[in-house]
Amino acid sequence: MAFALTLVALVVVLALSWRYLGAYLVAVYEGRVRWLAFLERPIYRLAGVDPEAEQSWQRYSLSLLVFSGVSILLTYALLRLQRFLPLDPQHLGAVTPALAWNTAVSFVTNTNWQNYAGETTMSYFSQMVALAVQNFVSPAVGMVVAIALIRGLARRSARTIGNFWVDLVRSVLYVLLPISVVFAVLFVSQGAVQTLAGPAHVHDALNGVTQVIARGPVASQEVIKQLGTNGGGFFGANGAHPFENPTGLTNFLSIVLILCIPVALTYTFGKMVGSVRQGVAVLAVMTILFGAWLAVGVVGQKEPNPAVAAAGLPAQPQGNTEGIETRFGVDSSVLYGIASTQTSTGSADSAYDSWNPLGGLALMAGMAQGDVTPGGVGSGLYTILPSAILAVFIGGLMVGRTPEYLGKKIQAREVKLAALAVLAMPLAVLVLTGIAVSIHAGTAPTLNKGPQGFGEIFYAFLSQGNNNGSAFGGLASNTAFYNVTGGLDMLVGRFAVIVPVLALAGTLAAKSAVPASLGTFRTDTPLFVGLVIGVIVIVGGLTFFPALSLGPIVEQLSHGRLFG
Amino acid sequence: MLVQLRRSVIVAISFAVLLGLAYPLAITGIAQVGFPAQANGSIGVNGSALIGQAWSGPDWFHGRPDAYDPMASGPTNLGPRSAVLERHVGARLAAWHRLGVQPTEQLVTSSGSGLDPDISPASALAQVPMVARARHLSPGRLRNLVTSEVHGRQLGFLGAPYVNVLALNEALARLARGGSAS
Amino acid sequence: MSEQVDETSAATTGPGPGAGSAAGENPLAGEHAAGRGARGVAQSRSLFDPEILRSAIAGSFAKLDPRVQVRNPVMFVVLVGSVVTLVEAIAHPSIFTWGITIWLFLTVVFANFAEAMAEGRGKAQADTLRRMRTETAARRLGAAGGEEVVPAAALAKGDLVVCEAGDVIPSDGEIVEGVASVDESAITGESAPVIRESGGDRSAVTGGTKVLSDRIVVRITAEPGKTFMDRMIALVEGANRQKTPNEIALNILLAALTVIFIPVVVVLQPFGSYAHGQVSVVTLVGLLVCLIPTTIGALLSAIGIAGMDRLVQRNVLAMSGRAVEAAGDVSTLLLDKTGTITLGNRMASAFLPVGGHSEEEVAAAAQLASLADETPEGRSIVVLAKERFAIRERELGGAHTFVPFSAQTRMSGLDLDGHQIRKGAAEAVRRWVREQGGSIPAELEGIVERIAKAGSTPLVVADSGEVLGVVELKDVVKQGIKERFEQLRAIGIRTVMITGDNPLTAAAIAAEAGVDDYLAEATPEAKMELIKAEQSGGKLVAMTGDGTNDAPALAQADVGVAMNTGTSAAKEAGNMVDLDSNPTKLIDVVEIGKQLLITRGALTTFSIANDIAKYFAIIPALFAATYPQLEALNVMRLHSPASAVLSAVIFNALIIVALIPLALRGVRFRPSSAQSILRRNVWIYGVGGVLLPFIGIKVIDLILTATHLY
Repeated sequence: MAFALTLVALVVVLALSWRYLGAYLVAVYEGRVRWLAFLERPIYRLAGVDPEAEQSWQRYSLSLLVFSGVSILLTYALLRLQRFLPLDPQHLGAVTPALAWNTAVSFVTNTNWQNYAGETTMSYFSQMVALAVQNFVSPAVGMVVAIALIRGLARRSARTIGNFWVDLVRSVLYVLLPISVVFAVLFVSQGAVQTLAGPAHVHDALNGVTQVIARGPVASQEVIKQLGTNGGGFFGANGAHPFENPTGLTNFLSIVLILCIPVALTYTFGKMVGSVRQGVAVLAVMTILFGAWLAVGVVGQKEPNPAVAAAGLPAQPQGNTEGIETRFGVDSSVLYGIASTQTSTGSADSAYDSWNPLGGLALMAGMAQGDVTPGGVGSGLYTILPSAILAVFIGGLMVGRTPEYLGKKIQAREVKLAALAVLAMPLAVLVLTGIAVSIHAGTAPTLNKGPQGFGEIFYAFLSQGNNNGSAFGGLASNTAFYNVTGGLDMLVGRFAVIVPVLALAGTLAAKSAVPASLGTFRTDTPLFVGLVIGVIVIVGGLTFFPALSLGPIVEQLSHGRLFG
Repeated sequence: MLVQLRRSVIVAISFAVLLGLAYPLAITGIAQVGFPAQANGSIGVNGSALIGQAWSGPDWFHGRPDAYDPMASGPTNLGPRSAVLERHVGARLAAWHRLGVQPTEQLVTSSGSGLDPDISPASALAQVPMVARARHLSPGRLRNLVTSEVHGRQLGFLGAPYVNVLALNEALARLARGGSAS
Repeated sequence: MSEQVDETSAATTGPGPGAGSAAGENPLAGEHAAGRGARGVAQSRSLFDPEILRSAIAGSFAKLDPRVQVRNPVMFVVLVGSVVTLVEAIAHPSIFTWGITIWLFLTVVFANFAEAMAEGRGKAQADTLRRMRTETAARRLGAAGGEEVVPAAALAKGDLVVCEAGDVIPSDGEIVEGVASVDESAITGESAPVIRESGGDRSAVTGGTKVLSDRIVVRITAEPGKTFMDRMIALVEGANRQKTPNEIALNILLAALTVIFIPVVVVLQPFGSYAHGQVSVVTLVGLLVCLIPTTIGALLSAIGIAGMDRLVQRNVLAMSGRAVEAAGDVSTLLLDKTGTITLGNRMASAFLPVGGHSEEEVAAAAQLASLADETPEGRSIVVLAKERFAIRERELGGAHTFVPFSAQTRMSGLDLDGHQIRKGAAEAVRRWVREQGGSIPAELEGIVERIAKAGSTPLVVADSGEVLGVVELKDVVKQGIKERFEQLRAIGIRTVMITGDNPLTAAAIAAEAGVDDYLAEATPEAKMELIKAEQSGGKLVAMTGDGTNDAPALAQADVGVAMNTGTSAAKEAGNMVDLDSNPTKLIDVVEIGKQLLITRGALTTFSIANDIAKYFAIIPALFAATYPQLEALNVMRLHSPASAVLSAVIFNALIIVALIPLALRGVRFRPSSAQSILRRNVWIYGVGGVLLPFIGIKVIDLILTATHLY
């Protein structure tokens, strides 16, 4: 009952966000929002950007790639130079090169895969200046790509798709920063810590326990971690840590923050292409798949934990509580986990590795589908639209016309780019998983044995390939092999999608539009929603079914059997 | 290319200053002024209300079987069909049975943070006979104590009801002191 | 035969003279074209003609050449896979390894067979054409005026040749002198001879057709080997078929799917090893072939060839596949009024008396004047007179002379018992009446004008210097055409009627025919502008045309169908030629274009949807030894791992053969909205594509088990 109410509340809040944040985003990207002009203008002036000048898709991509490259280098440098930088009360020293590489790529690509435990690796300065900054910038990059693609669909015979720098600065200033400020204060009020004072030393006279408690500027980072679908926690325990996510309310707000922008962007999309219904169709695809996997996850996690049952406690009325925080309970933790893995967030308020197999399958499913339901900030939309374009192509042929999406003809070039964008991730994930399971460096770091161990490796590459960042945490992946291959996986999952998507934006923008008629295959109907779901599930399913069946599926079917 | 490089560096540095310094420092300022207790870790006399501690013996209510190392948070990550998990749970069950407690699933499974400060009301109630025996208190009073320490769902529906173990044991200590005084 | 009508309606006929009247009797000719079995080029053959079948079987092995296969990435992967399994089968011979090898090989053969079948039909047609084009001798006119007999192949562009009754016209050309009736059945299948004459839009003659009467001098307009007939043979043979834009796009998608399934399958080897299992290479290859879209990959080119073939069967020659595809995309059809929307002939609809005469008097006089007039217009007057006033065709008793229509008088009629009864164009009759000393009733002018404005043609009837009244000849809209336009509207196509009529007339006919729009008083320039305007709005335009002045518009239109009776300029400009010269066929062309795309889309969907069942067959089999618990996924309860894999591979091969008829015939197209077409196809080919292989694989497995192979 309480969980039903939680779902209702979530739907209501997201509906409001869809309508109003969505409309606000339109205003932001059309340049009608100016209330932070005093911050915005100096940045353009310093950087020598003419905010009125637009860019071709090639220039736009170049700006994005160079900026991302610079961001990786800068982040890497800050982590390597940590010991020379201030705000390091624990004197943590430099981050190792392989880990710094993995972490820099991870945060710049909006993955936030963490091969480290924050409390014992990162100084406050690194957390703030190296990592939290990327928590803002990487989702902003995602948003600008989504907006560029929307412009490509909306514009007619245009040569440009916007100005990267302007879109980037506006995303940060008008969207991410204000929401973060409000929610950070809210999180602090609930108990999230926000201090530069270093660890606290406490002694409990009752039981004689003495503790050194890691603290830091957590709340400010926590909200943008969720809002930007980043997922990189301040602490090793991520969103399960009481200082990051202290109460049921912050847990709920975390889910809201994760989902609000990806959901709102579908309204922005509909509005900018001139038909809100088009956005509703995309949102419907996202919602249906999200709901389906949420149901699978809840069913899975409500089952007793098999190992606990085998140990002698078959009656587990709450379900599988291994790795679940008391204050959240199983249901809300599943909702959080599904929200986090069906976006590209990857934060966790429970131990995914310990979820029941069916639950683990639900977590992986979101990523196997390409993290599009609703997906990361920006990335969800710009990744689902190529799938929609492929659905349009196949469906459009079936009505006997050269397929069109929003009046734009989908021809060889569009199919090629959409296919590249859709297939880059599976390709990287499969190849890297194949390598990892074949060599000792890949298999040694698994904590669990049997299918769960396979699942840990597969999950790692699936997560990084989708720029998700969540993990089956048993994998001790702070090794040279995983740092390097993971970095590659994340780069492919990010830029091998973004570049084709921007090219798609460019070619679509250049096209004129075919007026709709009765002969046009409509893309705002339940039938189309069904087709896009079909494409997403079938492409995801066909590419990952074998891997999934060797991981969670076989584990689910292994009644009465334990491994390792 | 060079232009893009120059712009990238300038924008990156601008963001570093604005988002990496100004933003967190401003939030820290607001937090320290507005919510100093929470912002510094909700620390009371016996530790943080949000960070669990290890409790042992029949005199106290126990939390979850976590590691409780606040400098190394995190779960066990043992899979649902892990033989290791089975062994751990088996040992915990045996320990509880030795203490005369029929534990709930929460009392034999570890949490997501390794620092869970809370247990479910049922998990606290399951320990009442043990504490009552050890401290010679009436189970009824202890049950009342537990009930008074139950935090319902936030706003009536968010999260799960819980009992903060530290707060419960502090109340227990007060009760025990008061009980001996009366 | 209808010169009189051409004259009387000269004021209202647009730039395209009633070219389509020959086929005008049946407004739905195109619709029934396939049913009635088109003649001529389109020698109708059954889908599996034994002759074609034989050559296709030979062709399917000839196409195993890797150089041919590499052009089709999907089937190339299958071929490579079958080589890999062959090596395995030789190394570890078993029923399973050999079974998979043979069926993979057969998969490639079946794909080749599909293509060979599609090509075979075209080749057979080309052979028929070649047989008809016997080596002809040409009578070339020398510069001096003498005649010399040379082989047709020796004719150069610009040569003049003489053809007389009985001669076969040696090459394409234009009549520069004379009139002749020509039998064009060799290319059109239409046995009725057509008139060809020098000058104007009916001067073009085609090599291979036969002169039936008279003598003509033809200037050759085609280079040797590049005649219409040669091009036609090349086209039906598909000699230099190029991939169409949508086919290219689809190929990219299929290649992408193939590329992604290779790692999907290859990594199963290490995945299996990680689980301490052995994964058989043969099974992996089998899985790969099952997953990559072999069904559509095998049938794709057959679908394209068969699409062109269907056009040929309806006597339309498309110069490129691109044009056929564009036809499916057309959103605006420009249709000439005469011959397409209206029967070329006008029909009498009313008798309007003037000067105090009765209606019956007008009817009687008009009937008399039309007795000898065998044109449809003349007949319609007789019929109307009979219907209205029971005036029967009389045996004319007294001395009578029929006065036939002549270009000078522009009237016809008869002289009977001293009465001179005439009917004709208003201007001509008025002049004649004045010459006879008669007077023109005041109201005549008004009536004539009103009739003309309403879209009809006035014929004035006079008796020896006295005007009796006017016969109204109405433009008759073809039966069934309105429904046809409604169907077009349902599939989102706008129809625009092109006519030389004035706007009022045009509006009246447009309303009656149910077209969406019309262009009145159309000039070639106006037509061109209309096309450009539609195109600038992103629409694709199709039109028909036959005159030289249509050429620019035909070239500008996305689909320009030139009438075979038209000038060679028109035929050059358009991208299709309709051998039947039936403008209504434009609608069929659109439908064939759509059908082509639908067939591709449907089979792609089917192909991908099939994969789900194959996974359920193969994955449990693949890891049966390592994880017997995966047997729960074996929802089909297949007998053994080996039979499961083999059944999936056999199904995958047989489904290609099973779908060849569909690929060749095309998915049925019913004119309806895109939504309902899509819904239908998604159910049949999407949902059906998911379910069918579950049944098919199970059945094959049962057969394999029953035959004790496993």
